[in-house]
This record gives sequence, structure tokens and C-alpha cells, in this order.
Amino acid sequence: MKVHEYQAKEILARFGVAIPRGEVVTTPEGARSVAANLGGKVVVKAQVHAGGRGKAGGVKLANGPDEASEVAGRILGMNLVSKQTGPEGKIVRKVLVEEALGIARELYLGVVLDRAAGLPVLMASKFGGMEIEEVAAEHPEAILKEHFGPLAGLQAYQARKLGFALELSGDTFKKFVKFVAALARAYNESDATLAEINPLLITTDGDVLALDAKMNFDDNAIARHPDIAEMRDLEEEDPLEVEASKFDLNYIKLDGTIGCMVNGAGLAMATMDIIKHAGGAPANFLDVGGGASQERVENAFRILLSDASVKAVLINIFGGIVRCDMIASGVVAAARNLAVKVPIVLRLQGTNVEEGRRILAESGLKLQSADGMADAAAKVVAAAR
Amino acid sequence: MAIWLDSSTRVVVQGLTGKEGQFHAAKCRDYGTKIVAGMTPGKGGMAVDGVPVFNTVADARAATGCTASLIFVPPLAAADAILEAADAGIELIVCITEGIPARDEVIVQHARTKGARLIGPNCPGIISPGKAKLGIMPAHIHKEGSVGVVSRSGTLTYEAVDQLTKLGLGQSTCVGIGGDPVPGTSFVDVLQAFNADPQTEGIVMIGEIGGSAEEEAAAYVKASMKKPVVAFIAGQTAPPGRRMGHAGAIISGGKGTAAEKIAALQAAGIAVAVSPADIGITMARALGRV
Repeated sequence: MKVHEYQAKEILARFGVAIPRGEVVTTPEGARSVAANLGGKVVVKAQVHAGGRGKAGGVKLANGPDEASEVAGRILGMNLVSKQTGPEGKIVRKVLVEEALGIARELYLGVVLDRAAGLPVLMASKFGGMEIEEVAAEHPEAILKEHFGPLAGLQAYQARKLGFALELSGDTFKKFVKFVAALARAYNESDATLAEINPLLITTDGDVLALDAKMNFDDNAIARHPDIAEMRDLEEEDPLEVEASKFDLNYIKLDGTIGCMVNGAGLAMATMDIIKHAGGAPANFLDVGGGASQERVENAFRILLSDASVKAVLINIFGGIVRCDMIASGVVAAARNLAVKVPIVLRLQGTNVEEGRRILAESGLKLQSADGMADAAAKVVAAAR
Repeated sequence: MAIWLDSSTRVVVQGLTGKEGQFHAAKCRDYGTKIVAGMTPGKGGMAVDGVPVFNTVADARAATGCTASLIFVPPLAAADAILEAADAGIELIVCITEGIPARDEVIVQHARTKGARLIGPNCPGIISPGKAKLGIMPAHIHKEGSVGVVSRSGTLTYEAVDQLTKLGLGQSTCVGIGGDPVPGTSFVDVLQAFNADPQTEGIVMIGEIGGSAEEEAAAYVKASMKKPVVAFIAGQTAPPGRRMGHAGAIISGGKGTAAEKIAALQAAGIAVAVSPADIGITMARALGRV
């Protein structure tokens, strides 16, 4: 699950991570009053679930309340288009108004799970403001790494090691060590999958603050964190994906024309791949899951058909726990209820396949059945043309 | 021979009294697996389909001599179940549960003692066709033989096994290592076991986007594998930054793409099937059967 910058900062602050003073607002008037309270220069930052906001014109400096209001007026409601939003962009509904601080240095800090090591790793670099992938490509030696255990956590000596390597000293060094420890703790205790401070700001006064912050959370652990779950912003997500999540369906909207319904994530990816090999393009990833019920199949079908770009549908089921007859009944019920207009190609294999095929044959629905994945892909690509 | 599981393995099912546990334990037993005990806290003394249920894994082990465990418990209770089995001295732990927090998996990975092997979580389990199965895979598509199968997926493994069986290629053991970011057993662990198993003559490996387990497998194959390995990587068309169903199936920071993995596998001399419909035939060719 993703959260906005202002929410990430709120969570981090609970763990003792230092953040600039500021407040999130939804109107230019709100921005004016926050700027007045903060005094001096402020930064107005668009709050959307995507990076690259600065280059896209979503982050502006303002000299006082009047300018803050004017700048916020321009940013609020804008369609922000960055590398990470895709060409369709994202509408800005909130801005974060923060005190502007004197910049001495910009560093990078990030915590992720190192899958190969099976441990979280804290990464630091002196190239603040640059994307870590870019640093990894151009200056791999500049990325410092400290792994830490999920129970013992990051130790103070590890934070000191990073502080020395980044050539910090005096009070700034002490503040940095505290900051790093708090960040690692926030990652661990909130079941984050990413906690990134980029840039980490060293102010001209020697303070250490999170100028920007990004956190993602483990969907599998979100039930343990109701306070974070509440931060989910449905307006930032694709409406079809939101609808699918209500039924525990794994649905991801893509830009092709062939709707897919598959049981199992691996088979669902492989189905997308084979559609591509057959010359088509998948309109979505959709895993109805190992324990799909008839109702889930109906909902899945309804959701994938509500995507207007779908010109044909491929249903690929390999019955293990899922029985083919149940899938067939779900498809027949859904096709009748929804008055389906697009061609459907169905490939069933596995448990109770004969019964499933019989249900489909007797339904009177116009379904093409396929023998194997290659045949199914060829048929659906032809049907979509 | 097969690996890790055979008809003599004695099994406790953690969560046997639940709907799924009961259903799949019965299927495993029908296949010939020795399901000797169930375990659900507070339900000790009960019996499910004639199998005695215990309050703790330690009790189950003391009474029945079980050495393997099959776990069907809710995701937030799964780490505890795995650690209990490991602490009781269970040697092979198969965790079917999907949706376990990654942090719990990290804790399990580093807290597990006494050398237990964990398969999964979020996996279909393990089957040695003709001998025993510990998992939820449909038994009837399998056939005893000489191909080892290892995969991060469930249904895509069934697809591959089905292709093999239809080509007359039976399987020694099929291991689903699961789709999570921190699996208990890696590709390399399974490849090593297949390399040493006399029944296994060739190996099918099914990977997917995310992480670097396939690259590590490629390095092992290049350095030490004595048998032909063929592979398929799912997610060649997956968009970056999106989790494709499995918690571990995500291209992040441009890393973990199918293209990178395929290149690494090919560089190690592994024949990679481009289409998922060609997994079986690619193995048949590698074994000189066509």
C-alpha cells in the first residue's frame, strides 16, 4: 500500500524521525494560513502517489502567505504528469506546505528488503536527490549498505559507520545517528516495504531533516496497522482495481485489448506472455485465486468487462483446488447477467474438466473452447481483431 | 529416490481441524501419504477422519514419530506455526498459507533452528509422484518418472507437469517454492538436491519476475549442474513497479525483469522456453526424447 508524502512523514515522526514543520491543505486559503503560521519562505508540494513531482511543476517555493496561496491555487487541481504517473497523469487534490530550509547538503537514505540476503538493508549515499537506481548505475561504490536483523534492529555502530563514511561531524553527526536509527525502527515496526528519505537534508544550521519521504507498506501486514490502513487514498488508485480489491481479486489494469481471467498468479502472467507472443496485448492481469468461488468468478468477469478497451476475453483455468465445473457455472451465470457482447475463448484443464465443458456446451452461449494455451492465445488474438 | 519426500515420510498437519486442512489432508492420504497426526491448539484429543489431533507439535511428534509437517493456518498465525514445528524437531515443513507478512518471513528465516527445511510459504507444496504428496496440487496430472520440477508458481507448475506427463515424461519430485519474497527454500537448494538424486535426469525450473533467485540458480547451474535444465520465466509482459499477484513478483527499480533472468539462464547454458506452451517439449528435446 502506498501513502502520500505528508502521511509518510507523519508516520516517521512518530518514531522520532525529524521532519520539517508543515501542514497538508486542500485549498489556496489553507495554504495562506499555514504559510502565515510558519512565517518566512515556504515550499508548496503536490501530494500524489508518484515521484518526479518537482520536474513536473508540482513543487514550488513561495515568499510568504500571498504567494503560497497563489502557488497552491496553480498546483491544486492540476493534472500532474511525470515519468512515474504515466502519460495520463494524476490530478492534485492536496498540497503540503512546509517551511523552506537552508540547504547545506543533500544525502540519500532508504530501507528495503534485500531478498537475496533475506534481511532488511539500509542504504545511504552522498548523492541526495538522485534516484537510487541511477546512483547504482553510475556510482555503485557510493551506495553504503547496512543489513539488520528484524529482531535486533539496526545497531548504533552501524549508523555511526554511515555517519563517518558520509563525513558528518559534531552535532550533525549525532543527529544523523539518531535519525538513521529512527528510520530503521519505523521501517521494521510499521511493516514497511520501503522507507526512503530522498533527499535527507543537512541544513545550513547543521540540522538533519527528511526533506522528502516515501513509504510503502506490506499489504499482507496491513491488518496489524489499522492507523496506516486508514491512510489509503482510493482516489489515487485505478477505480477497477479498487473494485477488484473488494472481492480479494488480484486485478491490474494494462493497456491492451484482451481481457484475461486466470487462476493463479504465475499462470496469469504466463497467459499475458503467450497473448503477446500470439501478436495481441493483454488488457489486464487478473488472478481469481486458488479458492475461487462462483461469486468471485462472476465479479471478476464483471470487472474485466467494464474496461471499455476489452475486445475479447480469454479465460484460462487450470483446475487444481478450483473445479472446472464451478468456473464454468460462474462464467455462464456472469455472461447471462451481463449480456456479454465480446467474444470469449475458454481454456479449461484439470479437475472436473468434462463436467465444466458440458455446462458450457449446454449453456447456449457463444464460447470458443481451446485446447491448450497456444491454441487459446491464437484464437483470442484472432477474435480481438 | 526422489527428493525430501517419499512413501515412508510421517506427517503432522497443522490446522487439520480447519476446512482446508481437512480437505487436503484427505487428498494427500488418498495418494498414499502417511498422515499420522493433526495439530490444533485446544483441540487435542479429537480425531479427524481417524487421525488423532494434538495440542502441540511436540506432543504429535512424541506420540506418532512424525518428521514432516503440512501447514494450513491463517497468515498472521503462520510464522508461529512454522517456528513451533521447527522447535519440535520436524525436518520438513511445508507451509501452504498465502499472505504472510514479509517481516514474519524474515523472522522465521533467521530464527529457525535445528536445521529444518521449510518449503513455501505461499506454495502448492511438494509431490514425489507414485510415492507421496504434501500439498494441494491435483495428483492425477502427475506421473512417476525422471524429471525434477521446481517452481515459484502453483497453477503454472500444474501446466508444466501436465505438458510433461502428456509427452510421457514422468516426474521424480515437483517442488513449489512459493511466490513470496523470502522463501524458505530457494531454487539453488532444490537444484542441488536434484543434482544429487539418481532418479532425476533433467530439471524444469519455472521462475518469474522479481528478486534474483533465478540469477543465483543460473550461477549454480553453470558451476555445478550435471543434468540438463530447462526454464520458463513468467512475466515477460508485466509492467514495472506492480505486484503481479505473488508478493514477490515485482520489478522494482528496473531490477528483476524477465529479460534479465532469461539472459542469465541462457548464459548458463539453460534452454529457456519462450512460450509457456513449450515447457514440456523443451525438456523433451533437452533429454533427447524427440
